[in-house]
Amino acid sequence: MNLSLVDFLFYVFSAISVGGGLAVILSRNPVTAAMFMILSLVGVASLFVLLEAFFLAVLQVLVYAGAVMVLFLFIIMLMDVGPDSGKGAKLSKKRILSGFIALLGVGLLTVLTLEYSGVATVATDSADHWQDVTEETSAAGANIVFSKSVKSFGYGLFTKYMLPLQVAGFLLLAAMVGVIVLSKKTDDVDAHNKADGPSPGTTNPQSEEA
Amino acid sequence: MIKTVVMERKPLSLSERTYLPQIASGLKTTFSNLFKKKVTLQYPEQRPAIPRGYRGVPTLVKDPNGREKCVSCQLCEFVCPPKAIRITPGHVPEDDEERSHVEKAPEEFEINMLRCIYCGYCEEVCPEEAIFLQENYSLSGYSREEMINNKEELYELGGTLPDKHFKWDKKKADEESGNAH
Amino acid sequence: MDIELIQMLALKVTYAVVMVSVVMSIAGYTVLAERKVCAWMQGRVGPNRTVLPFVSAIPIIGPFLRNLGIFQPLADGLKFLFKEEIVPGHVNKFYYYLSPIVALVPALTTMTVLPFGEFTNAEGHTTPLVLANVDLGILFVFAISSLGVYGIVLAGWSSNSKYPFLGGIRSSAQMISYELAMGLSVLPVFLWVNAPGMTESGLSLVSIVNSQENAPWLVLIQPFSAFLFLIALFAETNRLPFDMPESETDLVGGFHTEYGSFKFGIFFVAEYAHVVIGSAIFTTLFLGGWHFLPWVADPWAPGLIGSLLGVGWFLAKTFCLIFFFIWVRWTLPRFRYDQVMKLGWAKLLPLALVNLIFYVILVTYLDQAAAS
Repeated sequence: MNLSLVDFLFYVFSAISVGGGLAVILSRNPVTAAMFMILSLVGVASLFVLLEAFFLAVLQVLVYAGAVMVLFLFIIMLMDVGPDSGKGAKLSKKRILSGFIALLGVGLLTVLTLEYSGVATVATDSADHWQDVTEETSAAGANIVFSKSVKSFGYGLFTKYMLPLQVAGFLLLAAMVGVIVLSKKTDDVDAHNKADGPSPGTTNPQSEEA
Repeated sequence: MIKTVVMERKPLSLSERTYLPQIASGLKTTFSNLFKKKVTLQYPEQRPAIPRGYRGVPTLVKDPNGREKCVSCQLCEFVCPPKAIRITPGHVPEDDEERSHVEKAPEEFEINMLRCIYCGYCEEVCPEEAIFLQENYSLSGYSREEMINNKEELYELGGTLPDKHFKWDKKKADEESGNAH
Repeated sequence: MDIELIQMLALKVTYAVVMVSVVMSIAGYTVLAERKVCAWMQGRVGPNRTVLPFVSAIPIIGPFLRNLGIFQPLADGLKFLFKEEIVPGHVNKFYYYLSPIVALVPALTTMTVLPFGEFTNAEGHTTPLVLANVDLGILFVFAISSLGVYGIVLAGWSSNSKYPFLGGIRSSAQMISYELAMGLSVLPVFLWVNAPGMTESGLSLVSIVNSQENAPWLVLIQPFSAFLFLIALFAETNRLPFDMPESETDLVGGFHTEYGSFKFGIFFVAEYAHVVIGSAIFTTLFLGGWHFLPWVADPWAPGLIGSLLGVGWFLAKTFCLIFFFIWVRWTLPRFRYDQVMKLGWAKLLPLALVNLIFYVILVTYLDQAAAS
């Protein structure tokens, strides 16, 4: 076998991400699961680095490992999910359904991988595919060539992929509004609070300003 | 009838609500403190000035002639609130020319410094002015036994204090002239 | 493997080791500076006893160094090493041991993209002095430093006791809140530097520094961005008034309550390494890096001496900022936890957004004006 350094690293990092992913679903302790998920995400980021997609790699670490997983951990700790909270659950309808969907997903992935496995060699000798976006790139983004540079992401997002970007933004906005609506106190809770007398937080507007 | 007045606090102005001017003035204060004279004492090299009447470690003192003053009356032992003092009374040897007029002297005199509360009652009660709380404030030891000052240590700590009365000299003179007591 | 690769690797490793040791010793001396400055501000003298035997023999310099406490970090480090290592029985051993490492590694990793000077060789070719001149400098810094919170969170969780746990929870919430404001507050800087007509481009820290050569520092152009970034930096480095995870008055010792000896020492050094790196990043972003003064060309000639002076100047600025960190710590009281959250989400984030939009409009306007 003739492994180049990049190939070797590829196998190491894929092993990390796949093994980490497996460990996420196999570990009993939720915190351990979360830590393995971080490991897995970092592995994926390293794969991006191997593909010279540094921007994606950094974003992967920044957004997923740095922010989303911190929130995960935060929630796990706040709810104090113990290692055996999932024990003894019966084979319910939900479980069967989710298992079925998981199987479907795995099958789909396998089929797709087998189908397109020949295409995977493209990335190896594509050094000239990386072109930098020049100033002459048209505003409509018609001749956008995606490259590793950050600028090309910007141009792409705000020209060719403007609509998906807006839709994604709208989706996030909807989620945000939903959270606000859900977390807002309902009227009868307010009435209940008033009956108890003003809560310490609301008596003095200045203390809230502080 | 006391009337309760509810004080209305003035609402904060905009600049006050950002807290930035206050933070700036606080920073100014701390910065000016950087260059002020330091108030600390570099302890082992510099010693604090001991005020008059300071109650340090209780000690036994000798009179200017180097004679033991204590007559082991045990008043201090009696008055000591934490019972830190223990005296074993003894006789003054007959052949002691200097103290021939004194009957008693402590054979052993112990002050347990783990119990002593530095109240100074012993000094106050002593009829012979033999026990003094002097300026020594730093006392340490490795064991409980070390913290019990025996007679030798107490005299070593106490030394000799100037005594204007020369009570014993007078007593001796009185005795010799035949009108003791 | 060929010789060249090995040589390059060896060189890189040497550079990395040198840089780590420099930053770590600066962090160690920041601890000393903290103690000294704190003491001076409170009318005290601070550590002035520790001295090496042969140094104390030198007539004037010896006592001077002793009074300055120069050898205190050495003694502190040794003390941490030789202390009894106590592991409480109720902790989760694996994560308990893991978290100090997790806390320290990100703090030291961010320095790889930190430029601290430049070297111009005889041919006039300029190379920035940086371990890895990544095009995404600032993003890399954010990405790695966002991992630093895991050390604290894991320490809090694995300690299995209430105060560290509260510290960990607080810290995770605080980090997420202020990361957002931090990212948004630097965006205008990159917008400005990458604006059409500007010479530099990219997210690299080197290009940011070079855009401030012979030009006003970015703190003068964007004081508000700098201000917001500084506040977020205080929060991200867990410095007072934002030291929620530690807050020794209400949480005993916060996340490191159950830690002792060298593991505590690692947390301690990691905290100060964060401060050092944070100050250095602020210097590169807003204070012109190794360039002399705003609008003034570097007075030193290019070459070895010049680049050394540049590095020295960079360090001087960083030290000033570290001093500022310390100064603020001993001036302001700690925020309450809800105040921290409120400040982050309700004040800092909207302000950062407004700041961003203002500069977007400004840059667009300038661009249009230049085009017409």
